Amino acid sequence: MLERLPSMIDGLVPAASTYARDIDGLFTLIFVSVGIWFVASQVIFFWLIFRFRKREGVPAQYIAGEQKSEKKWITYPHLAVLVFDVVIVVAAVRVWYDVKQALPEPQQTVRVIGQQWAWTFVHPGPDRILDTPDDIAKVNELHLEVDTLYHYKLESKDVLHSFSVPVFRLKQDAIPGRVITGWFTPTRTGEWDIQCAEICGIGHGLMGARIHIETPAQHAAWIQQQTGQSPTPIVAAARPQAREE
Amino acid sequence: MSARPIATTRETAGMPTGRLAVWWLIASEIVIFGGLLASYIMHRLAHDAWSEQAAHTSMPIGAFNTFVLLTSSYFAVLGHKAAEEGDGPRAARMLWLTFAGGAIFLLVKSYEWTMEISHGFTITASTFWSFYYTAAGLHASHVIAGIIVIAIVARSAAKNVDLHRVELVGIYWHFVDIVWIFLFPLLYIAK
Amino acid sequence: MAETVPSHGHEEAGHHEEGWVRKYLFSTDHKIIAMQYMFTGLFMGLIGGFFAYVFRMQLAFPGIEVPLFGVVSPNEYNALITNHGAIMIFWVAMPVLLAAFGNYLIPLMLGCDDMVFPRLNRLSYQVFLLSVVVLLISFFVPGGGFAGAWTMYPPLSSIGAYSLTPLGSTLFVLAVALEFVAFLMGGINFVTTAMNSRAPGMKMYDIPIVVWMIVIASILFMASVGPLIAGAIMLLFDQNLGTAFFDPQRGGDPVLWQHLFWFFGHPEVYVVLLPTLGIVAEIITVFARKKLFAYRTILYTVFATGVLSFTVWAHHQFVAGIDPRMAHVFTVTTLLISIPIAEMMFVYIATLYGGSITLNTPMLWALAFIAEFLIGGVTGIFLGASGEDIYMHDTYFVLAHFHYTFFPITIIGFYAGISYWFPKMFGRMMNDRLGKIHFWGTIIPFNLIFIPLFVLGLAGQHRRIYDFTNYPDLAAYQPVRVLATSALLVMLGFQVVFLYNFIASLIRGEKAPKNPWQANTLEWTADSPPPHGNWKELPTVYRGPYEYSVPGRKSDYWPQNEPA
Ligand code: HEA
Ligand code: HEA
Ligand code: CUA
Ligand SMILES: [Cu+2]
Repeated sequence: MLERLPSMIDGLVPAASTYARDIDGLFTLIFVSVGIWFVASQVIFFWLIFRFRKREGVPAQYIAGEQKSEKKWITYPHLAVLVFDVVIVVAAVRVWYDVKQALPEPQQTVRVIGQQWAWTFVHPGPDRILDTPDDIAKVNELHLEVDTLYHYKLESKDVLHSFSVPVFRLKQDAIPGRVITGWFTPTRTGEWDIQCAEICGIGHGLMGARIHIETPAQHAAWIQQQTGQSPTPIVAAARPQAREE
Repeated sequence: MSARPIATTRETAGMPTGRLAVWWLIASEIVIFGGLLASYIMHRLAHDAWSEQAAHTSMPIGAFNTFVLLTSSYFAVLGHKAAEEGDGPRAARMLWLTFAGGAIFLLVKSYEWTMEISHGFTITASTFWSFYYTAAGLHASHVIAGIIVIAIVARSAAKNVDLHRVELVGIYWHFVDIVWIFLFPLLYIAK
Repeated sequence: MAETVPSHGHEEAGHHEEGWVRKYLFSTDHKIIAMQYMFTGLFMGLIGGFFAYVFRMQLAFPGIEVPLFGVVSPNEYNALITNHGAIMIFWVAMPVLLAAFGNYLIPLMLGCDDMVFPRLNRLSYQVFLLSVVVLLISFFVPGGGFAGAWTMYPPLSSIGAYSLTPLGSTLFVLAVALEFVAFLMGGINFVTTAMNSRAPGMKMYDIPIVVWMIVIASILFMASVGPLIAGAIMLLFDQNLGTAFFDPQRGGDPVLWQHLFWFFGHPEVYVVLLPTLGIVAEIITVFARKKLFAYRTILYTVFATGVLSFTVWAHHQFVAGIDPRMAHVFTVTTLLISIPIAEMMFVYIATLYGGSITLNTPMLWALAFIAEFLIGGVTGIFLGASGEDIYMHDTYFVLAHFHYTFFPITIIGFYAGISYWFPKMFGRMMNDRLGKIHFWGTIIPFNLIFIPLFVLGLAGQHRRIYDFTNYPDLAAYQPVRVLATSALLVMLGFQVVFLYNFIASLIRGEKAPKNPWQANTLEWTADSPPPHGNWKELPTVYRGPYEYSVPGRKSDYWPQNEPA
């Protein structure tokens, strides 16, 4: 539903994950909901200032605002705000549930390790299984295959970092001592920024990385180039992901 | 103009200003201890292993100190009563007994800590011990502050000056006492 | 401590000449203490503003030698923003809005001669000053000032090997903790004074809104800061004694700090909001010649806001690794808080209805507050919506959101308050024309600084990064950054107008009468400036503070102390 609303963010950063358009749509929804109120408040506000500017011989009125008939000007709008709140909450909670709470089965898993001040991305190698000897570890380069459901396992070696991929509209803090699992599905090929979104010391500003989203053929070629072996196709390898943690 | 601002002598809320202020002081202290103890409890619930650590605390010493503090609070009550009756010297004597209670508490505490530290249970031994020393230490600093104030008030009370302050230190002392009543089971008993 | 207030300590002013030092540095007079807080706060404001200038220059023109500073290294950049944020909140907003206006207005508006504990009041300022000194020293210690963001998240803040500023971190936490202690003492004084020392006849609902706001803000502060004080102690121990409260490698939990910090942090934003809302209420009623619309409703909304503010803290931690199910709860509470605040805004707007509005400098500032704060408020809704915050968190959208709340609150609120009470404080009038020039010269650039930052936030630009040209996708937006910085330079330039106006008016402004604005509240019945003790005979109150334009009366105001 939300993804069908026009996006105000797309023009600034492309949307490249399945839920990116939901988040953009949610933005539009909130923008319109609060925008109505915002514009209405400002218009009334400036109109009142103009309409009741000081004029000779026109005294101000005495209105205490304690009567029901007067207070309704406040009470009704505030009930209406409640209705808008409910709409926003429902939409927001659904998006949140989808991105952060529900965890669909992965086809591939990557490990993301933050440390002062670089990202290490461990890709499953040609066997398509993480934590095997043929894994490909890269610094500040994440290579993904488009239209594949990935899990990421996020870790930190020292302080807090935050794994932020603007094109995915995804962000998750990395906490030393924990492995945090989340998911994404890239929907669009290309190369974009990854940023660290939690201050982590002197090099925080330099802790950027690049995400490369590739077609299956490009991705297979990359794996081939890294390891000298050609990878098994993903679908076949999707199941044996049991070895976790 | 009077020596004290007129503001201080007003009682719009129907309670003497000093007492009102002590209640607010206590309220703000409650949240400090509350925050610390809540953090402790969260950790404690998450780590079963802590009960082994807690087993190394000395229950008898803790219990004895609890008894000492309660007794000293009782003297504070007697002091307040004497002050109400206008008997400054007696109020002062009672406050000195309260003072003695606080001092004994601190002495016992330092003995206890010395023993524990000599057994290797220092503040860095584990997070349990960090909480143990931080919480008990924060409380002990309140005991120290409390007995200093008690001494000051006792000295003026002996001369029948400012007897209303006897009640104020009393309230504060009860608070210090109650904090300990929370700390004791949390740190010593819940094993 | 409160109970040690001495019986004969209060310095006498009337009888003998006092030395300058005694009168201005060690005074127990609430008005002098208010001035001490105000000028210290403004001094810190200049530092915080200077920092903003330095790092905005770096962002717009990476690597240049910033005039008056030099080249900004990455660590210096982090230290600058960290201390900019902390200074602006803890050493500008709080002392100026809460302590300066609170100290000045509470006794004067309640019709008493001083705070109930003048010496505690003085101690509170002295501890505050100490915290300033500790903070300033921290910039110059080996390793430099703390650079781990004003939120001080461990383990970066707790372990020197990670931050590389071991001493700076400790001094920073210590300074913040001292500042809290100062405001706890001040808060106890404010609350007790307001509860116990009102003028005869002044009932609960006769108290001016600004006093209510400051008192409720103090209570909010006292109720929320405790856990963070405990947290600060734990953090100091982690830094210096080697404990591991927040160190996950040794059994601690870094997220615990975030809970302690934000449990305080969110109420804190209302702690600074409320005083300004109060100032605005006083000003719009006077210059619209209107009774405040629905006085009691305002109080209810403030109570509701206060209570709710304790339930929303984790909206700062949506993506910080909390249980994803908790996010739902905090989304609901966060969105709920929009209701009392919206209601408050509506009440203020409704107050204008039927008024007779004069647009002089204080009124312009007060109205600008409402117009600008609405932007800050509604953008908070995007962030409170959990699903949206996944993207927005830690971007410049958040940054622009809170500058659209903080700038109106702190800077606009201060200018509103000072231009309104200047005649009372200093006995002279400020120049209205210069005031208006300064107003427009501040408001227009303000919007030009921060509207672009919303756009950058939407483009995915993250906070606390010293050079965006390192990021291929973000480098293209450099002109937008230059625009924001240029607007800042213009705004800073216009502050000179204020400074000039302030000083010139102090020296040769027109002498102010007792009640230049024809206002109702009690401070306007004292001399301008009021002497030590405020009145020869303390006033008695007969009515509420907002009886403007009462039908059937010749004059359109009705001072609270005028017998019926
Ligand atoms: C005084 C300052 C102040 C104020 C008043 C507010 C007010 C609000 N703030 Fe803000 N906030 C900050 C200062 C402030 N904030 C700071 C400093 C940070 C960042 C800290 C850091 O990380 O460094 C922050 C960050 C912040 C976040 C975390 C973002 C992140 O890091 O990911 C969130 C999320 O929920 C949030 C929400 C809100 C909300 C919902 C309000 C509400 O109170 C706003 C309510 C007001 C309105 C809504 C406007 C009036 C209503 C209407 C016109 C009616 C129409 C409305 C609807 C239909 C809903 N704020
Ligand atoms: C009250 C709060 C407050 C105020 C007023 C401001 C004011 C400003 N802030 Fe700041 N800011 C914060 C609170 C505030 N800020 C916080 C909490 C952070 C986050 C820190 C962190 O990430 O840890 C932050 C971070 C922050 C950043 C992000 C840096 C980064 O993440 O990399 C930026 C970037 O542009 C910025 C810019 C500005 C600018 C241009 C102003 C301008 O508006 C400045 C204008 C200043 C003046 C006009 C001077 C002040 C004037 C007076 C006090 C009165 C006048 C007195 C006399 C003339 C005597 N601020
Ligand atoms: Cu890693 Cu910031
Ligand atoms: Cu908040």
